[in-house]
Amino acid sequence: MGKTIVPIGPYHPLQEEPEFFSLTVEGEKVVDVDVQIGYNHRGIEKLSETKTFDQVPFVVERICGICSTSHPFAYVRAVEDIIGVEVPQRAQYIRVIIAEGERIHSHLLWLGLAGHFLGYNTVFMWAWKIREEILDVMEILSGNRNNYAMFKPGGVRRDIKKEDIPTVIKKIDSIPPTLEMLKKAVMDDPVLHSRTKGVGVLTKEEAINYCALGPVARASGVAKDIRKDSPYEVYDKIPWDMIVTQNGDVFDKLVVRVLETFESIKIMKYCLLNLPDGEIDLKLKNIPAGEGIGRIEAPRGECFHYVKSDGTNSPARHKIRAPTFMNLPTYKATIVGETISDATIILAAADPCYCCTERISVRNTKGNKIYSGEDLVRLSQEKTEKIREKIK
Amino acid sequence: MKKQEILQELRERFKDEIVDFFEKSPKRVYIEIKPEAIVKIANCVFKEFGARFNIASGVDARFHMEILYHFTFDEIDLTLSIRTKLDKAKKLEIDSIANIIKGADWIEREIREMLGIDFKGHPNPKRLLLSDDWPEGVYPLRRDYKEWDKGAIRDRGAD
Repeated sequence: MGKTIVPIGPYHPLQEEPEFFSLTVEGEKVVDVDVQIGYNHRGIEKLSETKTFDQVPFVVERICGICSTSHPFAYVRAVEDIIGVEVPQRAQYIRVIIAEGERIHSHLLWLGLAGHFLGYNTVFMWAWKIREEILDVMEILSGNRNNYAMFKPGGVRRDIKKEDIPTVIKKIDSIPPTLEMLKKAVMDDPVLHSRTKGVGVLTKEEAINYCALGPVARASGVAKDIRKDSPYEVYDKIPWDMIVTQNGDVFDKLVVRVLETFESIKIMKYCLLNLPDGEIDLKLKNIPAGEGIGRIEAPRGECFHYVKSDGTNSPARHKIRAPTFMNLPTYKATIVGETISDATIILAAADPCYCCTERISVRNTKGNKIYSGEDLVRLSQEKTEKIREKIK
Repeated sequence: MKKQEILQELRERFKDEIVDFFEKSPKRVYIEIKPEAIVKIANCVFKEFGARFNIASGVDARFHMEILYHFTFDEIDLTLSIRTKLDKAKKLEIDSIANIIKGADWIEREIREMLGIDFKGHPNPKRLLLSDDWPEGVYPLRRDYKEWDKGAIRDRGAD
């Protein structure tokens, strides 16, 4: 049978890694995949060297539109690691609140889009409706629905007002019941089971070998979460559970994210109720020469920043490693052997970025047939429809 | 394994290869090694001790190119950064660890493009980030980097 190359991509302007996949297929089956990134390389590491330590958080905040807090968070932790200071208690709690709020909206966004790719637009609508609540909460707390600009080396920029807390808690409390309903509907659905169970499996060995991170690794039974392994800020004082599942397929990645959302709500509420009084900023003056590492658990996995200072007021070197950089190569292990109609959901399961999956173009070199991104999503949705018919 | 056991064993087993040992804080240890020993040590740390490879970061220092390989022992909360220094006067090359650690594939390609360090034996030494019309031999993260594309529109701020 003749092989066909299926190009997916090339570019997606929202997240840090625009990508281009070329799938080699035999008939319906994917036999090889090659990933190419760099279409939107912005040279942020270089740019960062020209900014002062206080300006860098604003630069790195713009790396990613969805997890915009993760990068400033990791960066300020790296700078504080150079000096060797801990920020005040109140600032630590506020940091955790913002980071968890972001995790909730990021996971819900993923859930909605995953539903859309599978032809479950109801899931998409519900998930994004719930997400709207959390975006409102973030607006109350930080003044912005996204790009919160809350972090600075030595503390946070903005305090949480006491009178806002009851409103925020009321809004947060409204999320779990709806999410519970959605969770039951999603997890008990036989069609969804047959579309996602056993599809795109990442084994534990491969997850370790590829150094996979976050929900991708935890769905494969690798119990690693920076919040538990290397508790930063106040994560060791808060009661919460790490979610780990064993199968490594798309279904498990979905389960991990949904259950993690509940944990994040728990953490966020605990922090709001136990917010201590006090300062929110250390008012750092000079950053001494030295090097520091900041590691935090972003919604997609560990975010790693390495900052080297030479005693001047801007970083001498700033290395940024986003979680997707490690998660993306796992496609090689998950997609080979699957069908094209499953490609969209497998690619989406690692939670990379969505525009690229929507911009898929499929070129059948033998038959001169060109599929668009919509066609691929349609293929995926039709498969769901067929299974639905069968089950009836 | 305990933290002290790991460090002790590394020290004993690689006493000829380790140049410097520095415990910055309880959670951060930096060791400097001879560049030719990287595969051996990475193999030991990743395969035997079961550390996770975080990332590598290249730095252009004044007299040498530095590569830091960051490993994390998640169970005991220790980040081990292995530093190698490559003399700028010599050819910039080091053995690739991507054959042992699949997760190191991309970052080695990135460092090669950004700093011009060759990774010998890399399984797939293709260009990763820079565009196709970027000239060979121009490395953007080097200290002596000059803007080469005069026609490009850059955001220069107010002026």
